[in-house]
Parts: sequence; structure tokens; C-alpha cells
Amino acid sequence: MPARGLESRLAHHFPHPLESLSTPAIEVTRADGAATAHLRGDWTALALSDCHRARALRHELHTVGADAQWSLAGLGRLDHVGAQLMWQAWGSKLPERLEANEAQRRVFGRVAGLRRENWKKHMVDRFNPVTLLGASILSMLAQLANGVTMLGQLAFDLLRFARAPQRGPWREISANIYSIGYKALGITALVGFLIGIVLSYLSANQLRIFGASIFIVNILGMAVIRELGPVLAAILIAGRSGSAITAQIGVMRVTEELDAMRVMGISHGFRLIMPRVIALAVAMPLLVAWTDVMALSGGMLAAHFQLNISAAFFLRALPDAVPVANLWLGLGKGVVFGMLIALTACHFGLRIQPNTRSLGEGTTASVVTSITVVIVADAIFAILFKDVGI
Amino acid sequence: MNAAAIAPSAPGGVQPDQRTTVIEVRHLVKRFGEAVVHDDLNLDVYRGEVLSIVGGSGSGKTVLLRQIVGLERPTSGTIRVFGEDLKTLGAAALQALRNRWGLQFQRGALFSALSVIDNIALPLRELRTLPDDLICQASLLKLQLVGLSARDADKMPSDLSGGMIKRVALARALALEPELVFLDEPTAGLDPMASDDYVALIRELRRELGLTVVMVTHDLDTLVALSDRVAVLADHKVLAARPIRELVRIDHPFIREYFLGERGQRAMQALPPAPAAGPASPAHPASPADAPDPAGPQPGEA
Repeated sequence: MPARGLESRLAHHFPHPLESLSTPAIEVTRADGAATAHLRGDWTALALSDCHRARALRHELHTVGADAQWSLAGLGRLDHVGAQLMWQAWGSKLPERLEANEAQRRVFGRVAGLRRENWKKHMVDRFNPVTLLGASILSMLAQLANGVTMLGQLAFDLLRFARAPQRGPWREISANIYSIGYKALGITALVGFLIGIVLSYLSANQLRIFGASIFIVNILGMAVIRELGPVLAAILIAGRSGSAITAQIGVMRVTEELDAMRVMGISHGFRLIMPRVIALAVAMPLLVAWTDVMALSGGMLAAHFQLNISAAFFLRALPDAVPVANLWLGLGKGVVFGMLIALTACHFGLRIQPNTRSLGEGTTASVVTSITVVIVADAIFAILFKDVGI
Repeated sequence: MNAAAIAPSAPGGVQPDQRTTVIEVRHLVKRFGEAVVHDDLNLDVYRGEVLSIVGGSGSGKTVLLRQIVGLERPTSGTIRVFGEDLKTLGAAALQALRNRWGLQFQRGALFSALSVIDNIALPLRELRTLPDDLICQASLLKLQLVGLSARDADKMPSDLSGGMIKRVALARALALEPELVFLDEPTAGLDPMASDDYVALIRELRRELGLTVVMVTHDLDTLVALSDRVAVLADHKVLAARPIRELVRIDHPFIREYFLGERGQRAMQALPPAPAAGPASPAHPASPADAPDPAGPQPGEA
């Protein structure tokens, strides 16, 4: 409503209120065997794209040919894209018989001055299997070397910390324990509880068939305390905090904060990596214990309804069914998993290049790798401790 | 409605009736929470001129620019660009309007995942209908226009120096050959040589493409060399928008400090001697006499 009125009122004031672009066109007239091409309309990137005819017009220009008479007198606006279209059709020179004004000739002068210096649009071969294999092997070797260096650096940093603990990064450690450990209590509790219920329900039917309902305590206790608790907690933390650590350090690279730290003589290892490794080494076993408790209570609840096994009986039978060594093993796994997740996340964070794509790729790689590393480490634990607690 | 309302006394200056208004800001108020940035601010920008916006730190220069291009919403007041109020436009009309201006961000805002040439080609590719070889050539041409060469085309933004980032950002802003270009601190952080090159470049482009330029700057030399008019932002409004020569006659603490300090005096010496007929009219962008340029401009040749 008022917009309409305003527009007309302002018409004298603004001579070009969003004028619609006039469509570019070619008119060819022939007289005495000589062709004359009259170009009309706006030959600008916007006008050409508006009418969806850039390719068709290029074809038309080519068919007219450079030796015709060209008249640009009826031309509206001309920009580099439009000029280039004509320039190509003319075979990279001005036609002999060209009717154009000074401004138009200046635009063609620009186009003529283009020096490509052999620049070609080059495509990176992203799908060649040989290239891909080579690149991935090289990258893996480089990352392994980097990982070993980081581990060594961590050992030095821990020594430095042990020698002068009063000058250590206590604030960073406690902040990380809070954000990685305390804030993850809710999600680990929920997932642990539900997994406990699922496990208990599935086992209950089988056990009832064999009349071995009592063994629900063994199955749940062993599975949760030795395996599921540590692995569940580790996978959740890898997804939740591993990605956060990578992104955090990656953005510090993008904003040159990492360089600023280095210039001030603040070591990345001592202030960024070590606090996170320590925080996860402290928080993970606690989270594992918490997940164990929640999963067992979920299992107990399900056992109560499915098999009529009371919570009191369950708790009394648990110490006999599961040797305490399993608990220590589970907590020990937690410590190791925590350190691995922190190291992997920091490793990928420090590798991020200052651009957005690298940030995304680095975060993804960090989570995938830390989950894989956790499962590989779990397999190694299973082999090493096959005689303990069973 | 015309300039006289905002710049009440433009003695012997430009002829208001000959100018066409490209940007019209009326009674603009902008608040962030309690903090007042603009209070009843008015500003006009005319076709073909170079208008510089100056003001102390935190006086809202960039905020004003962001409101004009629609990145921030004014708390109240109206802003018209090419006669259109951004608030009332539909999506298609808004896009058409956006294609008519370009903005060079303070820190470049180049897409870090794309190479230089892809950054410049992006606005053209977004049109979706132009053949790609044409786009590549046009982008190369823009690259050359801002004084870079095809050798730089495949570099990534993180490999560029500060001056090159500014040039690539300008090339991207010019990709669609807009009529109106906004420059946010175009020479901040450049060494004096590079910023002289940049000034020559803008002058050249302005002549060649008939640009209207709105520039936020701190750099007095750039300001003196390029501006037809200077808008001074102080006390939450535009104190005055006039040619520098007239501006310095205004008695205001900020203007005294800014233009008549030692640095200001030094920069002002670059002004050409005042012509008897008063300052040149910015209404004829094509005439070379327009730019206060004693040395004769050359395109940047970095």
C-alpha cells in the first residue's frame, strides 16, 4: 500500500528505482550482401543470467562472425562478462567495422588486456584410487609420527608438572573436569540406565528357558563392569568432548591464538594438551563408575519385573558373581580411554588448517578416530587380561 | 527531502537539484540494549560520488554501514537504497537490489575454503546460468583489475598478505559490477605504498565503472585523496556531510582534533588548491577533473 505510493512520489528523485534489466538481443540486417549486427539491451552478467540465454547468445554471436559490421549504438549497459562474450566471438580482436562509443571501447580495452599467464582451471584428482591410497598412507605415517611426538612431549610435560606442581595449570584442569566430567553425568546416566534395561530384558527370556534366572547377576555384572561401562562412557565422551576439544583448539588456530601463545612462550603441550589429558584421566574412571551404577540399576529394575529377582538379592549376589578385579580393570580402562581420547582430540585440533573446511574435517576425523582407538585399546585389554578376574 | 535539509549551509557548493540520491537515511535510531549508537541520524549519498564516513572509535561507522546493507535492523527510522526501503521488499526484489551493490568487509571475509579465483567467481556462479569458462575469464579480469595477476588465482585466502586480501575482497565485491560499493576500512593495516596503490585503484575503477562509493576509513591520507564529501559521525548523528574544505570550517571539538591536528594538517596539504568556482560537483563521475588528483592516476601495479 504505502510502498506503492512512495515509489511514484520518489520517481523523480530516484531515476532508476530497481529498473528491470532490458533483455540482451542481436538483430542482424543485410543490405547489399553485407551483414550488420545491431546489439540491443543490457549485456551484463545480471541481464544475461536473467534471460537464461548466455549460451544461445554466444552461439548467435559466433554465427554472425567478426567480419560483419557491428553496431553497439543501441546497447544499454555493457560489463566485462558481456564484453567477453563478444570478444570471444570476434576471435580476440576488435572487428574492423565496429560502431562503439568511448566507454564501450574502454571496456574492450580491459578485456583485451587480460593476461592469462597460462592459468588454467585445474581440477584436483580426488577419485583416483592410486592417488587416494598413496595420500592416505602418507597422511597416516605423518599422523603416527606426530602422535608419537605428542606422547613424548606429554611425558616431559608431566615430569615438569610433577617437579613443580604449584606452578601447574590447576585452573585449566579443574575447568576441564567440570565441563568434560560433571556436565556429562546426565547423558551417561540415561544411556547407561537404558542399556542396563535392554540387556536385562534380552537375557531374562533365555535364562528363564534354562531355569537359570540367578545367572542374570553374573551376566549383567560381568558385562557392565568389565566391558560395557568403560566402552559406553568412552564412546559418549569421545563424541561429546573429543569433538569439542578439537573444535576449540582448531578455532584457536584460525584466530591465531595458538601463535600468540607460542610468542608469549606458553607451551601448547603444557597448557592445552596436558590439562585435558589429566582432566580426562581423572574424570573418565569416575564416569565409568557412574555408568556402571546406572546400568546395574537399570538391569536390576528389569530383573525385578521379568525374573522376580529382588534388588537386595541382586546386590548380595553381585560380589560373589563378579570378582573385584573386574572393577579395577574397568576403572583402569577408563583412565586409559580418557587419555587416548584427549590425545586424539588434541592431535586433530592442532592439525587443523586455518580454513572452515579443515575445521569440519578435523572434528569428524577426531571423533571417528578416537572411537576407533578406544575399541582397539579395548581389544588389547581383553587379550592382555584374559586370565584376570574371570 | 533533498540535501539542503541535512547539510543546511552548503555555501556556494554543489547544485542539489542536479544530484540523484542513491542512499537516503532518515531519522535513524539504533540502540543495542541501553547503548545508543545512532540517534536521529540523517544522511544522503549521491550517484557517482565518493562519500567517506569518519568518526571516533565506537561512533557506529560500521554499524551504519551494516544497517544500510541490511545486516542489522534499525531500531527505528528509514533507510532507502536506490529508492527502495529494505524492510518492505520481497525476497526477489531484495536479491535484485543486493546484486546492485558490493561490500568489501574490513577483514576481507573471503571464503577460506575457496581459492582466490573461486571467491571472485562465486557471485557470478550464484547466478547459475552463465557458462563456466566465461565466469573464469571474467573473474581473472577482475583479479587483474585490482592489480593481482593470474599467478595468484589458485592461492588460498590463508596464504595471502593483508593487502592482497583487501584486493581480492574488492575484486569479489566488484564481480557483478555493481553501481554502489561499500568499503569498510579499505586501507587499514596496509603500508603507505600499498594504500597509495589502493587509492589509485579506487580512483581508476570509479572512472571506469562509474561507481558510487561509500567508505568508512580512519586513514586521513586516503580520506583526503578520494572523498568528494566527508560525513562526520559524532554525538550519535551525522554532524555534517560536506567536502573537506568546508568541513574544517565547522567549529566542533572532534573536527578540530581530527582534521586540524598535526596529522590532519599534513594530510590536508595534499588537497589541490581551491578552485575559484567552488568544489567540483560530484554529479559527473565520468569527468576526470572530478577526482582531486594532481599526479594523474595509474591502476595499481602490485
